[in-house]
Amino acid sequence: MLITVRFFASYADKLGLRQTEIELASGASVRDLVSSVAALPGASALPRNPLVAVNHAYAAPETRLSPGDEVALIPPVAGG
Amino acid sequence: MRASLVTHALDAGALIREVADERRGATALFVGTVRSVNEGHEVKAIEYTAYEPMAEREMSTVLSEAEERNAGVVLVAEHRLGVLQVGEASIAIAAAHEHRGHALDALRYAIDEIKSRAPIWKREMYADGSEAWVDPSGTAAP
Repeated sequence: MLITVRFFASYADKLGLRQTEIELASGASVRDLVSSVAALPGASALPRNPLVAVNHAYAAPETRLSPGDEVALIPPVAGG
Repeated sequence: MRASLVTHALDAGALIREVADERRGATALFVGTVRSVNEGHEVKAIEYTAYEPMAEREMSTVLSEAEERNAGVVLVAEHRLGVLQVGEASIAIAAAHEHRGHALDALRYAIDEIKSRAPIWKREMYADGSEAWVDPSGTAAP
């Protein structure tokens, strides 16, 4: 299944990328997706266990992904 | 309850008017502004960006939680995005309740949780021309 992954702020700068699509096996989890992201160029500068959102809500590593999900890696937030 | 991301200057008075009601005797307001100095660096401006749909959703969730903790409170929050100069307001939250205790508690909860949960980021631009993403631990990362 194809999953869209979005990057923001410092993570987007480190990867030189704001969005990509990653092919994962059916039934893959957030943890599996983070492992795939870790193979992208520049990903060694990212934390090993970044915060992840699935369809605009924070998601635990064991969360199962579905085709068409929008996943985002969330850098340390600093609003306000 | 309303939570919005905006790109125009914040109007705290408008937020107060939005929550005020003759049944509510207490209105509390929080305004966060761009500081001139952070971690010893002279700040010229800050650029705020967000994962917009999620940030609005998370802000709304926080306000709902604040309302659950303080029955009868009415809240409105706006966060500004874009490049803000020193002294400009980046966030404004107004809370109104029959009594001050719940208005103040809801306001404190809302600002603390929005700061820790809403996917919003700031890039500080310093007087010496350098820039850095602000990390919540307080140390800027180049």
